Amino acid sequence: MIPAAFEYYRPQDMAGVLAILEEHGDDARVMAGGHSLIPMMKLRMAEVPHLIDLQDVGGMSGIEVGTDSIRIGAMVTQSDIIDDASLAAAAPILREAALQIADPQVRYMGTVGGNVANGDPGNDMPGLMQCLDARFTLVGADGERDVPARDFYEAAYMTAREDEEVLTAVTIPLPKGGYAYEKQKRKIGDYATAAAAVQITKEGDVCASAAIAMTNLSDTPVYSEAAGAALVGTALDDAALTAAAAAMLNDIDPTEDNRGPIAFKKHVAGVILRRAILRAWSRA
Amino acid sequence: MKDEVENREDRVANLKGMGCSRKRVEDARFTQGKGNYVDDIKLDGMLFGDFVRSPYAHARIKSVDTAAALEVPGVLAVLTAADLEPLGLHWMPTLAGDKQMVLADGKVLFQGQEVAFVVAEDRYAAADGIELVEVEYEELPVIVDPFEALQSDVVLREDLVGEDGSLPDGAHGPRKHHNHIFTWEAGDKEPTEEVIANAEVVADESMYYHRTHPCPLETCGCVASMDKVNGKLTLWGTFQAPHAIRTVVSLISGIEEHNIRVISPDIGGGFGNKVGAYPGYVCSVVASIVTGKPVKWIEDRMDNLMTTAFARDYHMTGKISATKEGKITALQCHVTADHGGFDACADPTKFPAGFMNICTGSYDIPTAYLEVDGVYTNKAPGGVSYRCSFRVTEAVYFIERMIEVLAIELDMDAAELRRINFIKKEQFPYTAALGWEYDSGDYHTAWDKALTTVDYEGLRAEQAQRVEDFKAGKTRKLMGIGLSFFTEIVGAGPVKNCDILGLGMFDSCEIRIHPTGSAIARLGTISQGQGHATTFAQILASEIGLPADSITIEEGDTDTAPYGLGTYGSRSTPVAGAATAMAGRKIRAKAQMIAAYLLEVHDNDVEFDVDRFVVKGAPEKFKTMKEIAFAAYNQAIPGIEPGLEAVSYYDPPNMTYPFGAYVCVMDIDVDTGVPEIRRFYALDDCGTRINPMIIEGQVHGGLTEALAVALGQEIAYDDMGNVKTGTLMDFFLPTAWEVPNYETDFTVTPSPHHPIGAKGVGESPHVGGVPCFSNAVQDAFRPFGNRHTNMPHDHWRIWRTANELGLHD
Repeated sequence: MIPAAFEYYRPQDMAGVLAILEEHGDDARVMAGGHSLIPMMKLRMAEVPHLIDLQDVGGMSGIEVGTDSIRIGAMVTQSDIIDDASLAAAAPILREAALQIADPQVRYMGTVGGNVANGDPGNDMPGLMQCLDARFTLVGADGERDVPARDFYEAAYMTAREDEEVLTAVTIPLPKGGYAYEKQKRKIGDYATAAAAVQITKEGDVCASAAIAMTNLSDTPVYSEAAGAALVGTALDDAALTAAAAAMLNDIDPTEDNRGPIAFKKHVAGVILRRAILRAWSRA
Repeated sequence: MKDEVENREDRVANLKGMGCSRKRVEDARFTQGKGNYVDDIKLDGMLFGDFVRSPYAHARIKSVDTAAALEVPGVLAVLTAADLEPLGLHWMPTLAGDKQMVLADGKVLFQGQEVAFVVAEDRYAAADGIELVEVEYEELPVIVDPFEALQSDVVLREDLVGEDGSLPDGAHGPRKHHNHIFTWEAGDKEPTEEVIANAEVVADESMYYHRTHPCPLETCGCVASMDKVNGKLTLWGTFQAPHAIRTVVSLISGIEEHNIRVISPDIGGGFGNKVGAYPGYVCSVVASIVTGKPVKWIEDRMDNLMTTAFARDYHMTGKISATKEGKITALQCHVTADHGGFDACADPTKFPAGFMNICTGSYDIPTAYLEVDGVYTNKAPGGVSYRCSFRVTEAVYFIERMIEVLAIELDMDAAELRRINFIKKEQFPYTAALGWEYDSGDYHTAWDKALTTVDYEGLRAEQAQRVEDFKAGKTRKLMGIGLSFFTEIVGAGPVKNCDILGLGMFDSCEIRIHPTGSAIARLGTISQGQGHATTFAQILASEIGLPADSITIEEGDTDTAPYGLGTYGSRSTPVAGAATAMAGRKIRAKAQMIAAYLLEVHDNDVEFDVDRFVVKGAPEKFKTMKEIAFAAYNQAIPGIEPGLEAVSYYDPPNMTYPFGAYVCVMDIDVDTGVPEIRRFYALDDCGTRINPMIIEGQVHGGLTEALAVALGQEIAYDDMGNVKTGTLMDFFLPTAWEVPNYETDFTVTPSPHHPIGAKGVGESPHVGGVPCFSNAVQDAFRPFGNRHTNMPHDHWRIWRTANELGLHD
């Protein structure tokens, strides 16, 4: 559990970060909380000759709740998410999800930016951000650009972020309606066996909109547009729930691991999604 | 004097002796981070060693090239088998009479096996050196299934096959196949088969008790320091048996035993994992001799899980017969035991399958037969007693599952089936069909107390209603009631039948009373969290009348402590605890003579009373133990040597047999496979209770490890022999989050042969807990046709059971 030797940098501003990235390309990696990257380095599964610690770069630790959207700095920790009252009021699904990530010690260090940027299919925030239709702000030598969360993930640990770019913020349209983040895991601190993020709006007794994303059931988070569409216009009767689950199962592609075989994961994904939808509906 | 105004009750309380929930004296340092563990030891010029380990489970080693590693700044040496061979140290004896490679000698037999030892100035340089040792492997066919091993042409241990292909006997007799280690039998084969063949009812079942691992929080490690000036070797390490380690080190190194000092400092949990001798110890000693500097070796978590001693891995097949009324008539058991690449089980020499022959459990079974076949596979060696005394967990799991299966066969309530078959109170001492003599027990009283407390009838009624509701579509949760009644066999053991490497399994205590009335006692055991410094002082306080707070308990330094076989198998209280009481009685006997002299009466005219000797019939005339202690050092008493010291080496006349009754109530979500433990009740009878608070803590810990094993903890391999559960992400170590509230209870049936009647408790909750959790899961599915499913009952396997029973249709 000893990493290979690496150079450690702690720049004071983003210009300093970008300069190091420019110089070393994919030999350099930025680190936010470090709770994904450092274990990988210790196992020598990730070799990072140049490690750039973002802790001293200011301006990425704020949570701003606006009238239309919420902006969360990349260095905001899971613990900050849980503690921020205005955020809990504006987007309670974030708090519900953050409370199910790892354990309190990890949540003090683990950041939103690191969680979404790393591209680990087991992380909870990526699927959640897809559900919420978040945009990720990337800063590089040529300036800033925004990428929708739903377009960001390409494969396990492969994202739309270029090697010389840093993910600095997440912007979420103010969520509306009912919500639920439902996660089955083997024990505290575990990645999901299956998890579902659901946000639903209601008009009268009918579902007006539904966004659904699944975690750890493919090599990327899965935003299932079809699953959401199956609910819209229905009163969430059993047929609609069944159709949504079937549509979701069509979009995921789980693999067998110690959590269980594929058939089990698909079954649980369906159960978890149903429960998430019903809980979100009850809050809509 | 102050003593005179204290009434008797206050004097008893002041001692904090047996029966008192005295707070743990160890915790002052542990709760402040001031413990002193092996990795806290830092010596001048200390080097650090670590292993190159095999990525393959079975491979020939073509070459080992250390040149590049030696170029790494800070790397001083790289040891291979070729370097150890001239010293005769490339192999070492195991505790089971086999031998084990210290460093790979031509081949590797399991993933993670030690191939080379890199010695460097710090652990960072060692890690970089490891990366650069180039080992050329030629992969060989991998066998991870013991049944396949017994059929395969592939020879795992070429060193155990003669050049003409013959099979020399192993340490435990003839071998049937080149991958076979031993056959061990107990009981009567033919009479058992005959009873079963003619029985009214027979239930048979096969079960696999999966491979798991004790996973102590602190991994294994050591610091070896060879002083070339005086020729003395000091070895600090995570040793559960420091004296035995000293003897083993002497035997294999040739260093005389008086020149070896072994020290077990604070140990962060052992659970059997720290009983054996590991290649890291040998390599550290050699590296210290070679370099002349202290060398430290500390496992990381993956090393610990993948390579140091595993537990269980027993494939058990049983038959149990009974009358139509449910009276058991016979039990038969066959075990195929997967020992991995080397037989490194830690069992007494005559018991290669440990005390598996306690598998008739708590029941009066007239006829029984047990046969165990040990087998080599391409898995890590070990086979230790993980919080149980030598395979007792396997035995109790086996019988407590067979009882449940028989109850299904008889269509009978499993609690009632147990009740009508329990050994009766008046039958003790009871000689079981497989040979053990149970010392004492009162099973019916314990069982009735347990079932009444949990309202067993009410639970069954609730469960029946739940089944109705489930069938009516009103709920998707089933309810399981897990029962277990266990009898432990601990306190190994009588020297006449228990030894390890020829060392009798007695234990010891040496006491010195200081002039001012305080004391130090040293024992041959070593605490790994059990709280010995607290409880042994309590035994002594009651025996010698000095306050527990005035008694220091010291263990683990072979230069100062008397010889003993260490701490595992719940043997400390039954054996060393007895030695402590016996040594205390020697102190008291001498104190009586001193008191009589001081009081100017005959020895027989004084009697012991809590903390003093009193003249019979004249309670105002007495000498306190404190006064007597001082007198021992300042009076010239005719016929009595000065000083007040004693030593006792205790060879127990029998094992002790703690028992208990456990009930678990569980709700199971059939759609997700998630179990929820609603209630857990544990009644333990460990004989005389020394410290109720420590007993409760032991029960909580043992139950939590039982929960882990039953519900998910395993060392799993794929077909290539790769360990799939080598980190705590996949290896289940429960936290407070996963653990239910435990209700503890007790009865007291003292051991008739133990000086204070104590039986030991550390392992009972694990032994009884595993079948209780497992039975709860299985009981939930019994109304739908479940008979037996193997552990671990993690989510997907519970889901699979529901799925196979058609509960998802």
